[in-house]
Amino acid sequence: MRIEYFQLIDRIADLNLNDLTIRVEANVPTESTVFEGHFPGRPLMPGVLLIESMAQASGWLIIGRTGFAKMPFLAALKEVKLRTFVTPGQKLIVSAKIMHEGSGFALTEASIEADGKTVCNADITFRVVDFPEGEFRASMDEVARRIGFPRESVAHG
Amino acid sequence: MSSTFETVANIIAETCDIPRDTITPESQAIDDLGIDSLDFLDIAFAIDKAFGIKLPLEQWTQEVNDGKASTEQYFVLKNLCARIDELVAAKSK
Repeated sequence: MRIEYFQLIDRIADLNLNDLTIRVEANVPTESTVFEGHFPGRPLMPGVLLIESMAQASGWLIIGRTGFAKMPFLAALKEVKLRTFVTPGQKLIVSAKIMHEGSGFALTEASIEADGKTVCNADITFRVVDFPEGEFRASMDEVARRIGFPRESVAHG
Repeated sequence: MSSTFETVANIIAETCDIPRDTITPESQAIDDLGIDSLDFLDIAFAIDKAFGIKLPLEQWTQEVNDGKASTEQYFVLKNLCARIDELVAAKSK
């Protein structure tokens, strides 16, 4: 994770566009200014960043389904459950499945596991819009390369 | 159309917590019922699932933005229900 840059996905472990599923690795850093404030003497991965991790995993799945032609933006969260604390250094497996692909929106169910246990889960709604060009797309291309997004198996938009 | 309207009206009432008796075929989803675009995604999801269709929201929005259609054509409930019926009929062909 590059937690201060809100880049929370380390590697795409599996992307299955037929089954509409994704599984990614996200390793909580051992040190960060985030933990200095949250909280002093009791560093914890903020719940909102766990939610963001689930959203990002879901987002890459949606990007894959659209062939990198559409960009998903977080729109709504339901049934969010933060079941247990996550601490610095923990290795997370974030999974997501698309439950519905609408016109201009998508819904996913996502969850995070650590040490074989579910630590959180959520139902997530995204607005899905045309991919912004320019610097935005260039930076997303770079992130896609870094996390191993399988461009060769996805038709380029 | 009446059963389509009943299904749609119940979806709107339940999804957006709007009193069912305030929803009529002449209701405009946005102007009359106060449904915003995010709420409408929830409604669209429920409609897509209930009828086994995919409301072409992007196309409708583009047509309205381009001046080729009015919001009333798609978002007055009796017209929305007619569009739903057309999509269901097209799916079964």
